[in-house]
Amino acid sequence: MPEHDVLVIGAGLAGQRAALAAAEKGVSVGIISKVHPVRSHSNAAQGGINAALDVDDSWESHAFDTIKGSDYLGDQDAIEVMCREAPEELLHLEHIGVTFHRNEKGELGTRAFGGASKARTYYVADITGQAIMHVLYEQLMKYSEQIDRYEEWFTTDLAIDEEGRCVGAVTRNIKDGTTEVFKAKSVILASGGNGQIWQPTTNALICTGDGIAMAYRAGATLMDMEMIQYHPTTLAGKGFLITEGARGEGAHLLNAKGERFMEKYAPNKMELASRDVVSRAEQTEINEGRGFPDGTVALDVTVVPRKRIHEALREIVLVGRDFAGVDITREPIHIKPGNHYTMGGVKTDIWGRTNVPGLYAAGEVACVSVHGGNRLGANSLLDTLIFGRRSGEDGAQHAKGHGFGQVSRTVLSDAEARVDAIIARKHEGGRRVSEIKAELGKTMDEKVAVFRDEEGIQSALEIVQRLKEEATSAYIDDRGTVFNQDVLGAIELQNMLENAEACCMAALERKESRGAQYRTDYPERNDEEWLKHIDVSMNGEGPEISYSPVTITDWQPQERTY
Amino acid sequence: MSAYTLKVRRYQPEAEEDDKRGAYWETFDVELDPTLSVLDGLLQAKNDKDGTLAVRCSCRAAICGSCGVKINGQSTLACKTQLGEAAEEAARMARNGGGEAEIVVEPMGNMPVIKDLVTDMESTHWTKFRRVTPWLLPSGPPPEREYIVPAESMVDVTQSVACIQCGACVSSCLSMEADPDFIGPAALAKAYRFVGDPRDGQTTERLYDLANDPHGMYDCTHCFSCIDACPKGVAPMNQIMRLRRLAGDDHGIRDVNNGHNHEMAFVKNIKKKGTLDESLLLQESYAPGVKGKLMPRVSAIKGLLGSIPTAIRGIKTGKMRSVPKLIPGVHHKLPGDAQGHVEEIYERAEESKIQLNLYIIGEGGEEDHAAEEVEPESVSEEPTTA
Repeated sequence: MPEHDVLVIGAGLAGQRAALAAAEKGVSVGIISKVHPVRSHSNAAQGGINAALDVDDSWESHAFDTIKGSDYLGDQDAIEVMCREAPEELLHLEHIGVTFHRNEKGELGTRAFGGASKARTYYVADITGQAIMHVLYEQLMKYSEQIDRYEEWFTTDLAIDEEGRCVGAVTRNIKDGTTEVFKAKSVILASGGNGQIWQPTTNALICTGDGIAMAYRAGATLMDMEMIQYHPTTLAGKGFLITEGARGEGAHLLNAKGERFMEKYAPNKMELASRDVVSRAEQTEINEGRGFPDGTVALDVTVVPRKRIHEALREIVLVGRDFAGVDITREPIHIKPGNHYTMGGVKTDIWGRTNVPGLYAAGEVACVSVHGGNRLGANSLLDTLIFGRRSGEDGAQHAKGHGFGQVSRTVLSDAEARVDAIIARKHEGGRRVSEIKAELGKTMDEKVAVFRDEEGIQSALEIVQRLKEEATSAYIDDRGTVFNQDVLGAIELQNMLENAEACCMAALERKESRGAQYRTDYPERNDEEWLKHIDVSMNGEGPEISYSPVTITDWQPQERTY
Repeated sequence: MSAYTLKVRRYQPEAEEDDKRGAYWETFDVELDPTLSVLDGLLQAKNDKDGTLAVRCSCRAAICGSCGVKINGQSTLACKTQLGEAAEEAARMARNGGGEAEIVVEPMGNMPVIKDLVTDMESTHWTKFRRVTPWLLPSGPPPEREYIVPAESMVDVTQSVACIQCGACVSSCLSMEADPDFIGPAALAKAYRFVGDPRDGQTTERLYDLANDPHGMYDCTHCFSCIDACPKGVAPMNQIMRLRRLAGDDHGIRDVNNGHNHEMAFVKNIKKKGTLDESLLLQESYAPGVKGKLMPRVSAIKGLLGSIPTAIRGIKTGKMRSVPKLIPGVHHKLPGDAQGHVEEIYERAEESKIQLNLYIIGEGGEEDHAAEEVEPESVSEEPTTA
């Protein structure tokens, strides 16, 4: 039974940052990931990372933009922490090797991004997430004596003791199918979001909301689960991401008539309004017949100087060429809003602590909440790093003050029995796992997307509940132990359905329009009744809704225009 | 929608059926849009027909580097190869070589296979990767603010930073096939990422280490396979060549492998003769210049004597076909003033010295347009090696 003072589950930016921060505090650390760490989805963050580092900028300005972007649902104490600590974190990344873009003087240079009142986005071409994550992985190797890596281990459940404390996790070694209980004094979830519930999505196949579901089953409270970001520029059909950096570099959005339609929706910020605003504008154009026949509008990057495109937007040149057959330096590319980011997640405080003692969460799996109803571009990398580090530090502190808990003897056998039961399912009578997943994705993208209403969400919830039932008998083909991806897929499906149910319930509950939640049946924001978080927790076998207040420090809600 | 046949090299380590012992082929018929990827095809087969089919994948967009495989013999990412293109290539291969027009999908090479298309990258790729001390080693404590470095230097290393560690180059590396201990294209490209970074304080040490390792930077034979295979335009071979130039030229490292001298022997040889005069090549490699030949070092004599078996093997296998080629000085000359043209090419290349970096010059077809905008780089690049 492996033992670590701090156990991190998930090895994207939040997880790796947490592991490094904990190790720096002198405790033993284990980091587990169901894929090799550099395969994690933080890779896909293209555009950059926000920080008010420039002398003319201020953390207050960054905080205000973030709060306004969140449609006032973000918790302002947490946003203050994130924006205040951003410059120091950015410099730390630079010092350990991230190859950030420089200006002519050789200093860190910025680009403009959506919803921001200043250009404060620092970047590496359009591979910022990848560039930072590979540097953190370099550091994991550098500190390999303090940090044990478990690469390609799939965590199925958290271990909770009789007093409700998190004391470890149950994990399956994908390579040989053995299951181990990892004991830990602090457990940090950093396993990412749940975008795979929607099809199409910009999210990787691994983003199945495992951490959210595990924490939920273990008694943790989920928050803001209805807040799902649709990114304004994704490739139709395949859902691939075209960075907001393209618009940051000056690219235009055009409808089929060639009009720069953002003039109507956000006359000041135009294409660089916040994402919920731009996505709704595009969807409105498409719904009202001013889109292209394939249900898209166009992103015109040709207005950006060619040399600049090659230097700063090369990745999307490749995406255009390889996945859409379009040379974006010569012609506009068809795009539409697509599922992109989970603002909600496991509810935490500003140190990543959940309501389950010993359990932390950081990054997309968590909801601090710094993003509220809508995340600003280039704030997600920041969120992962700031709260990853804080979770790692506090997790280490917590570990120093506590011993290892008592892991119940049945934890391991329960986990093994669960896998055995999936493998033993008969093909007769059940549905294939992949079939249920496809129905879920289609349902959510139709009914719980940019525009929502009660009828649609209610019908989505009913379908999700039926699929949950069907998933208990869904069958697989692989009965082996070595690299059995089939059985992992069945576990992921269950996790996804638990996420989807919480999302639908929260979306149904919030009877107003705020941030990413736009209810056509309640088109106005209603601060009097709904300036509050919707929490979802498991009560017995089913989900239960409650509310928690939004923390407001200095910024009172105002009307939101761009 | 079109129909495609995927012929997949499979290995099920736990299979009990007789026909599934060891590696075997299995074909899957899939129906998808031609612009969708081979990975989409594999996933359709896995989702609809056979869940035991193992393939690593995650992002579907050539960012995560999970789905390295060989398609029609070429190492690449399954998600980045369109079904339509792969089918055309398969049809072309069938026309030329016979057999069925099936899209052939195999696990990556130079790595043990765990199951189907899943390879053991840890024991190969990642072990080599750790060999190059893959983290920044600054000299002294960090500055209060950021390091001030030239903007171009960051753009320059971005080409190797763009590497997603998919292993396609490792899979395709012919030198590694011959020498499994070769550090290899991915790890050496990673090494350049630090060598080219002005913030790193161990540049000379890194270069010295990789030049003197018998399986290091001089083990590459310029076959271009890694450049072809790389889905991200990292061009690992180019990064290796830059390591060599920095080591041999800028840092004056004379490696125990005789790699630098051997490389310079090629450069001189072609400049003088136009085509390769193999009889002079070895002498020049081990005992460069007049001085080297008049007063050969012991190691040079040893090296030359040590090469005799290779030369004999060359004659026996027919690689060295004409006996006169063995006699120094008998090598034929280029017709007319062709040799003058070769020398002009040398001069032109010496003058322009541009870095071949995709982040600066863009993709194919635009070089002329972009080259005008490129400033000469401070780091010199020798135009030609071997």
